[in-house]
Amino acid sequence: MTANGLLPVLSAKVRGAVHPAAGACVCGTGDSVLADRPDGTVVRHAGTVAKAHAADTELTALAARMAVAAHPAFGGILLPPLRPGAVELHGRPVTFWPYGTPVDRDDPDAAPWEEAAGLLARLHRTPDAVLPSGLPPMRGPAKAARAIARLRAAGPHPAAAPVLRAWAVLPAWARDEAPMPDVRVRALCHGDLHLGQLVRAAGGDWLLIDIDDLGLGDPAWDLARPAAWFACGLLPPDEWDRFLTAYRKAGGPAVPADSDPWPALDVPARALTAQTAALAIAKSVAAERPLDEVETSVIDACDRMAAHPPGLAGGYAT
Amino acid sequence: MQCPKCHAPMHTYNRNGVQIEQCSGCRGIFLDYGELESLTRLEGQYAQPAPPPPGAPQAYPSAPAPAWGAPQGGHGGHGGHGGQYGHHRQKSFGRMLFSS
Repeated sequence: MTANGLLPVLSAKVRGAVHPAAGACVCGTGDSVLADRPDGTVVRHAGTVAKAHAADTELTALAARMAVAAHPAFGGILLPPLRPGAVELHGRPVTFWPYGTPVDRDDPDAAPWEEAAGLLARLHRTPDAVLPSGLPPMRGPAKAARAIARLRAAGPHPAAAPVLRAWAVLPAWARDEAPMPDVRVRALCHGDLHLGQLVRAAGGDWLLIDIDDLGLGDPAWDLARPAAWFACGLLPPDEWDRFLTAYRKAGGPAVPADSDPWPALDVPARALTAQTAALAIAKSVAAERPLDEVETSVIDACDRMAAHPPGLAGGYAT
Repeated sequence: MQCPKCHAPMHTYNRNGVQIEQCSGCRGIFLDYGELESLTRLEGQYAQPAPPPPGAPQAYPSAPAPAWGAPQGGHGGHGGHGGQYGHHRQKSFGRMLFSS
């Protein structure tokens, strides 16, 4: 929600970015609000998109992440910004980006699984020399912890118990309560991969967007959402297989090339399942509606996760 | 033989090849060495899921899943087209697979 009137100001800002010389819009196209949340308000005008980031965004971290997106080494992987820096608006940093066509939400058959996997593999293989100094950790565990905090703040709910039990059996690093152990692979990660994070830019190729959670961490986190969807029965096995196979073919380092990927995926996939379930409950409480069958399947998975703690079955200890 | 507890006579029964002595008085059971392990093994075989009926879709051999994953039957067959899963897939795709 934008209770502070950010939206009209952000719209004026994006129009001004498209028409810097004119005092008003001269192209006649309207503005469209692509997202309006406290952690990201996105307005489009013609081919330009303005994003107001969360008010508590760390500016030095955002600058390092913007530097990554703007770096020529990430051409064809990350959507580059129109301007290198951010401007401030109503206490929120605002960045400018070219518009890209998103994945069609109504056409599961057209989902670009192979392309998503290929982009992630290339991102994860980034040599250290390319990375700017001061690049923060990727924010996957922090986002999961925030979702659990939101669940706790939502008040009592009968489905909350299995989610909190599943959360409690996770290792501390996955709950954002300790640094990631050194035994895990460390790479440049997107940090919040889902199908809304891919757009087709003017050239026609798919690119990753949204650098707010980008940083160093366990690259398995970026594979863990599709892995969790598969494990919860939301993603058909053949589509999961396409994604995983494409990632391996592209040399992605998050999972072993030819053995069971689950020792690497287990903990991040559990964390993202708990995160998804926590947000589903919090949203259902806010909207005063019951959980639907899809949300219930994620909560059921949390129940099973609590009964099979990591590190016991299959030796998924890290 | 006599029951070591109540001294009533014990009768021998055969349960799936395992000899069990049961007391006719207190109903207590005596197991020989190794018989408890044999019973546990048999119990494990009972707990295993029944083989799929002929003609049922095969699980994907190349897709290992975690212990906490949805039961394989929950996928409702492969391909994701039609039936219960097709509906489920359409519903979960647009919402769950796009939000953080």
